[in-house]
Formats: sequence, C-alpha cells, structure tokens
Amino acid sequence: MANVFGSTLKRREDPRLIVGNGQYTEDVQLPGMLYASVLRSPHAHANISSINTEAAKALEGVVAVYTGQDLEGKIGTVPTAWLPPDSDMKTPPHEVIAVNKVRYVGDAVAMVIAENRYTARDAVDLIEVKYDVLPAVVEQEQAMDENAPLLHESAPQNIAFHWQAGNATDDVFDSAEVVVKQRFRQQRLIPNAMEPRAAVAQYNAGSGEMTLWVTSQNPHIHRFLLSGILGIPEHKLRILAIDVGGGFGSKIACYPDEAMVAYAARDLNRPVKWVEDRKENFLVTTHGRDMVLDVEFAGKKDGTFSAIRVRNMANMGAYLSTAGPGVPTILFGLIVPGAYKIPYAGADVYGVFTNTTPTDAYRGAGRPEATYLLERMVDLFAEEVNLDAVEVRRRNLIEADEFPYHSAMGLEYDSGNYQAALDKALAMVGYDDLRQKQADVRSQGKYLGIGVTTYVEICGLGPSQVAGAVGFQGGLWESATVRVHPTGKVTAFTGASPHGQGEETTFAQIIAERLGVPFEDVEIVHGDTNRIAMGWGTYGSRTTPVGGNAMALAVDKVIEKAKKIAAHLLEVSQDDVNFSDGIFSVEGAPSRSTTIQDVTLQAYLAWNLPPGVEPALEGTSFYDPANFVYPFGTHVCVVEVDPETGDIDLVKYVAVDDCGRVINPMVAEGQVHGGIVQGIGQALWEGAVYDEQGQLVTGTFMDYAMPKARFFKNFETAFTETPAPQNPLGVKGIGETGTIASTPTVVNAVMDALRPFGVKDIDMPLTPERVWTAIQKGSGQQ
Amino acid sequence: MSEKHKVTVTVNGKEHSLEVEPRQLLVHALRDELGLTGTHIGCDTSQCGACTVQMDGKAVKSCTTLTVQAQGRSVTTVEGLGDMSRLHAVQEGFWEKHGLQCGFCTPGVMMTAASLLEENPHPSEQEIREGLEGVICRCTGYQNIVRAIQYAADKSERSSEEVVTARTGSDK
Ligand code: FES
Ligand code: FES
Repeated sequence: MANVFGSTLKRREDPRLIVGNGQYTEDVQLPGMLYASVLRSPHAHANISSINTEAAKALEGVVAVYTGQDLEGKIGTVPTAWLPPDSDMKTPPHEVIAVNKVRYVGDAVAMVIAENRYTARDAVDLIEVKYDVLPAVVEQEQAMDENAPLLHESAPQNIAFHWQAGNATDDVFDSAEVVVKQRFRQQRLIPNAMEPRAAVAQYNAGSGEMTLWVTSQNPHIHRFLLSGILGIPEHKLRILAIDVGGGFGSKIACYPDEAMVAYAARDLNRPVKWVEDRKENFLVTTHGRDMVLDVEFAGKKDGTFSAIRVRNMANMGAYLSTAGPGVPTILFGLIVPGAYKIPYAGADVYGVFTNTTPTDAYRGAGRPEATYLLERMVDLFAEEVNLDAVEVRRRNLIEADEFPYHSAMGLEYDSGNYQAALDKALAMVGYDDLRQKQADVRSQGKYLGIGVTTYVEICGLGPSQVAGAVGFQGGLWESATVRVHPTGKVTAFTGASPHGQGEETTFAQIIAERLGVPFEDVEIVHGDTNRIAMGWGTYGSRTTPVGGNAMALAVDKVIEKAKKIAAHLLEVSQDDVNFSDGIFSVEGAPSRSTTIQDVTLQAYLAWNLPPGVEPALEGTSFYDPANFVYPFGTHVCVVEVDPETGDIDLVKYVAVDDCGRVINPMVAEGQVHGGIVQGIGQALWEGAVYDEQGQLVTGTFMDYAMPKARFFKNFETAFTETPAPQNPLGVKGIGETGTIASTPTVVNAVMDALRPFGVKDIDMPLTPERVWTAIQKGSGQQ
Repeated sequence: MSEKHKVTVTVNGKEHSLEVEPRQLLVHALRDELGLTGTHIGCDTSQCGACTVQMDGKAVKSCTTLTVQAQGRSVTTVEGLGDMSRLHAVQEGFWEKHGLQCGFCTPGVMMTAASLLEENPHPSEQEIREGLEGVICRCTGYQNIVRAIQYAADKSERSSEEVVTARTGSDK
C-alpha cells in the first residue's frame, strides 16, 4: 500500500454527504423532543427592569420559560479559556441568561421550551420585558474614552486587558533612515458557517448521564467547559459532533445557548433541541477580526527592513469569548515580523469591551490581521524607497539556509524555502511580462494592478507547555488510537474533530501507508467524546500536524507490538525482522514472511504469543509536538480597476503554498481555494456594520455581502514541499494559508492599480464606492 | 394553534398525506415530518440555497415554500436524486471533483446544479457560475463545485453518446 500518502484519493466522507445521510446536529430526532427558542435583547445596552412570562407560559404547548433569575445559583457562568499572561485581564462574569443587564443586541434574556418549534417562537413573542436603555458604545477607541458608557464595573475604560511583547524601542525608529507609518482597520467579519449553531440535549435521570449533540470544532473542550457550567462530571457528559457544517473558528467557543439547552433537558427530563436561525447566527455567534492597527515600519534606503511595531486596539465585544483574548495577542502579536529578517518588532495590544457581539477566532485568527498589516507596510515601504515590491521582499526574506530561524518575537521558525515559493509563484503568473503589460495598458487608460504577498504563519498549535506559558487554559497535544481488528481492518480514533477538512480521508491515508493495509480497510472515528477519550479539536490548522502525527505514532506502536509477534511466529529475533508495505520478513530470507493481517489474527487468537506480550492489537498515542509548524508561501493577484465605477475585476490569482509534505493534493488544494475566497471576501465585500445604537445593520445575507461563485475566475494553485523537521510526517497545516495570504494580496493589487491616482490606502472592504471616492480624492494625476 | 390542513404530496416518488399548520414551511415538513434530513436550512430567508429541492422538476427553496403549496405536487430531495447504487451524475461529479467540504450546502447546491443542467445541458463555466447565484458555499471557494458540474455535464453527454452508439449498433 505504498504511495497512498501523497496521492489524490476521493474523500471517504463524501458518500454519506452526497446522498443526504450526514449526521448534523439538527438532524437528530428523539422521541418526546421539545424545542427551545431564545428571547434576545433588542437593545445593545440596557438594564432589565422587569420580565413578564405569564402570557408565554399560558400558551398551549409551552412547557417552560426560563429567565436569568430562574437560573441564578443553579448554573455557572460561561468561562474565558485564554488568559494571556501579564495582561491584567478582567473577566467579568458572562451569565448564561442575562440577569439584570444586557450588553449587546442578541444577549439572551429568556428561553422558551415548547412542544414544537413554531410554538416556541410564538411564545418568545409573548414575553414582556421592560428595559431601561443605556447609552451604547460600539467602537473600541471610543470605548476607551474615560466618558464612554461602561459595560462592566470591573473593567475601567472598558479595557479588558493590555498586553505587550517584543523588542522594538523608540530609539530604533528615531535612528532609522526610513520610517513609514500607517493606520489600518481590520473590519469586523461574520464567520457565517453555512450550518447555523445547534444543540440537542438528552438527559438520563437514572444514570445521571447527559448527551449533548452540538455544532462543535472541539467536543472535548465543550465537555470540559460545560461540565463546569452545568456541574455534570465529565465522565457523565457525552458530546457528539459528527458532521459539522463548517466552523471557521466560530464553533470553537462555548456558548450560553448550549448550556441552556442542556440545563432545560435535565430540568424537564425530556430531550430539547435548539437551532439558531441565520439572523441569530449573525447576532450571537462570535464575530472575527475588528482591530484598529497603528503601525510603524522602519528600514534603510537600500530596501532592508529594520523594525516593525504595532499598536492594536481590538474590539472584544461585550464579553470575553472562549479563545477571544488569545487572538489579538498571542496569535497576532507573535507573527508580526512575518517571513522577513526584521531584527526589532513589537506589539502593544488593548482588548476592549464594547456593546457588540463577542469576537473570537475567525479563519486564521490573528495571523491574517498581522500578515495584512505587514504586507501592506512592505508595499508602502517599497514605494517609499522606490523599489519594486517583489525586489524588496526578496532582499528581506529569511533564506533557506537560515533555519531554524529565531524571530524578533521569540519564535523559532522550523523550516522554509521562501524564495523558492516566491520564484514559483512569479513564474506561474509571468511577473516580468505582467509589469511590462501594466505599463503598456496604463498608457491606454487601463488600470491593471499586481499584488504580491509572501507570508509565513504559525500553526499546529501545541506544544502544551507553550500553550500553558501563553495562557491557553488547556493542553494542545492530540490523541489517536489505532485499533486493528482480528480481520486486519482498522478503526482509528482521533481527538481532532474535523468539520469539512477531509481528515477521514487523509488520516486513513497516513494509516494505510504506514501500516501497509488497504486504504478501504481504514475507518476514522471523530466527534464523540464517548468513543474518544480525550482530544483538543480542530482549529488553527493543527489537525494534521498534531492529530495526524499522533495517528502516525499510534501506528508505530501497533507495528512495534506486531513485530514482536511476527518475530516469534517466524522464530527469529526481533532485530532480524523487517517491516515494509504490511509484510514482516526475515532479514536475508525475504521469502520467510508474514503479513500484518496474519499477525493481527494471531494477536487476537493469542494461542502462541511471545512471553510478556498481551493479546490484541492496538496503539494509542498522546502526541505533544515539539514546536509549532510554520507554513509559508507566495500569492499573486492581478486586478483591473475601472476608475469610472471603482469596480474591481479579479483577472488572475496564483497561490503557491508550502505546508510541508502534502498527504492528499486534492484535499489540500480544496482548503486553499476555500481560504482564498474567504480572504478575498474580507478584502472586497464583507464587513459587519453597527449603527451608533449598537444595532447590527448587516444582519442578514441581504446586507452582508458573502462571496458568490460568479465573483471569481479559476485560481491557479501549486505547492512546494519543505518538510517540517520536527514531526514524524513532515507535515505543516494548510487550512488557513489561503485566508491569510489572499486579503493583503488583493488589496496590494488594487493599491498597485491605483498608484497613478496617488491613492495609498483604502479601508477594507474595497467596495466600488470606496475605491471611486479614493480615486476622486487622490492627489495624483492620471 | 391554527387549524390544520390536509396536504397530499409525492416526495421522491412516494405519496404522503400530511396534516400541517398552514404556515408550516416545506423544509420543516420534509425534515421533521418525513425524516428527510438531507435538505438543510442555512438561512431561512431564501438566500443560501441549502434548502433547495425540486418541485415538479423545478428548483425551489423549501425554506420559503409552504407545505400547503406542495399540495398535489411532486417533490424531489437529495435523497431522491440518486443513491449509492445509482448516483446521479451531479452527485458523482461532486465526489469526483471534490465539490464539497463540510457538505452542509451540498444537497442544495446539487439540486440547483441538477436543475441547471436540465435547463442547459452544456453550460459554459460562466453560465455555471451565474447559475449558482442563489447558493452560498462557505467552504469550497466554488472552483471545485464548478468542476463538479462540468463533470456531470460531460458525463451526461458521454452517456447520451453511448445511448446513440448503442442504438445505431456501431461498435466504435
Ligand atoms: S435555507 Fe433556504 S435559502 Fe437558505
Ligand atoms: S461545503 Fe461547506 S458550505 Fe459548502
């Protein structure tokens, strides 16, 4: 079974999904099941003076109505699970249902449980709430003002935390030859996984066991946190998330709704289902990005970089979501110098409460924001020193022979060949010809722009010791169990919880190749805390580098044991047994051999095992990686801007990514495609807008522009392969590269096109209106 | 609370009699009453296409269709498009060309694609992209969805050629 690793194989998760047999949370139907619906605050900031639930309770079919007061003392608060050290962090309580005060539009005020979903909705409308509306603040800089409305007593000036890192001091900038300064806004984005969040809870009063189906990227983390909120011991709480319809970070967090549903199911002793509608998804499911970034970038006239420093004011929303504080600090700050040799770097980060939906991870989480500002600064700096944007990058990229490389932010980049990826991307796009063409068409009044990004990202989150050092309230290792059945078929269990990334296929490829069994004989189990002892989930492109390597090591344990048995059966010493492609053979006498399947059968029959060897055959690994992994690459985009309308045409897009060894090129390419589209969405169309009262103006698909098929032409993607030196498979991660790279690539391209107009920067999204206005205001002449 | 209505509807070739509230959405009848959970709800406002089914052969969004509107009609859901022993060309295309990731949008996108191909069996890439206007996929970036639909179009072309070849008795 050699060469399964690295091959394009069709995904094994697809058959059930294409015939409509998926198991998404909302698909769960249980006898006697009730439906929940949540009353949400229509105000961004208000005291609750009274709630009258009588009419709702009186409606036929309504079983219960819970308010915050009903739950007081019976349920815990929603915890924050990332507490960056040395940040003086305030974690005011986040009640499951608001008791006295609501802090954003969508904050839960009551939950109705009814016999069917329509009645539950009807009843929500019958609840009468009196609010004393308070002034709201939605923008982080305003929220930091001394006179701004205060969300939480414990956080003066609405500052949730202040975190600093790096070595870039004033002197470095004062003495620099060239300093470029710019303010960027990372607009707030709405993750919009196509499956809304949902939860179904079932309680067994006899055994005290709770089963909760939930849309989760990390069922074990949900178990961990909900166990605390609900007071149910972990071993009696089963979380299931088999098929999950996308997450993009928004299904990492532990939400009040899930806790409420579980609480109600236990209280009423009947199963309860809750499903968010899209409007709720816009309002309540965590948002991403939302940072105001003041950047200073220093270098020499010859084009070499010397320092970068950024002040980040991050809008955390009304409460600190599960992983929220880790995003603008650790995940953002540590990668600020990117793929370049920049000796001085620094990040100064404020996390700020506002009357908006809490923010948390969104695809890339921190790294897209950092890469964006860096890649925009590199272009602005190139323009300042009058060099080609590619040339400037080439002069400053870390060289292939400089790895492991220690960055100014204290990271050790594992491996890379940044120049090779750059060369490949430039060749694919035909860069030199393009520059010529750009000059030619410009003289005809056409505005072609070429944008380039050379990036590096941190992923494969672990090792756990580092996770602890950066304040993540969990471990970041991953578990895998490979169970070989008596027939030689394999079931493998992973603590990662993929939701679209294709790991049922790629993990099976790892096992098939390493164990030498047919790919078809391997089944991957995930998303069920009763079948998998422990795990940390899927986010931050960690599943393959951490979970995949756990799988490989679990296979190795199987092989190790099988080898002992094979040696015994072949009557030779273990050192004389070779293993390859599923066959154990005797050194020097290859015809004396046995297969993994035969050995497995013998392991189970156990009639003739070597002394001290236990029956059966399985291996478990709890793999804690030695380091993060650092995928990298170059993306290039060509756009044409119509100065009359501000319209942007995406002419060409080329992506070269390096995620170490590629397990399944088709799956990896699919991840890149999806990522590119999400990143371009941010560059050109997407953005959450609140009005001054804290109402989400872009609260439906009518108002929030999602990328559609017709907005794009085909992308050209390719890989370079620089193996990760510190893990057994040599793999990195690919899930976020597209999103990280594409946003600055497209914006750089548009700014390149607009150079003749003297336009230096436009806040995202680059809507035609904004582009047109910038052209009108630009200082340059055509 | 409101009076119930009797609805007779044929779903995937099988006739069903339902008693439903007049306001009940077709997607809820399919999922909750008939247990056909392949049809998904992504937005309930007619924007995302996840709930797309065919009614009398035409693609409709079942999140904005009332069950009573399906009275006397024939509805096809993803469960009726094809099964593992006989995949529809579109289903095969999605599998072959990696047209899905999380799979949540997929049933609706495939139902849209099937209708698209019925109306225009040989669409250009641009026509496919425009034909997907009513659907949102957050995972795939659409490129492989387009390839999947192209695969299905090519496949139907191949199989109709095969039929012609068989009829004319040519051995080529
Ligand atoms: S669920 Fe019907 S269009 Fe989105
Ligand atoms: S495959 Fe996930 S939304 Fe389309």
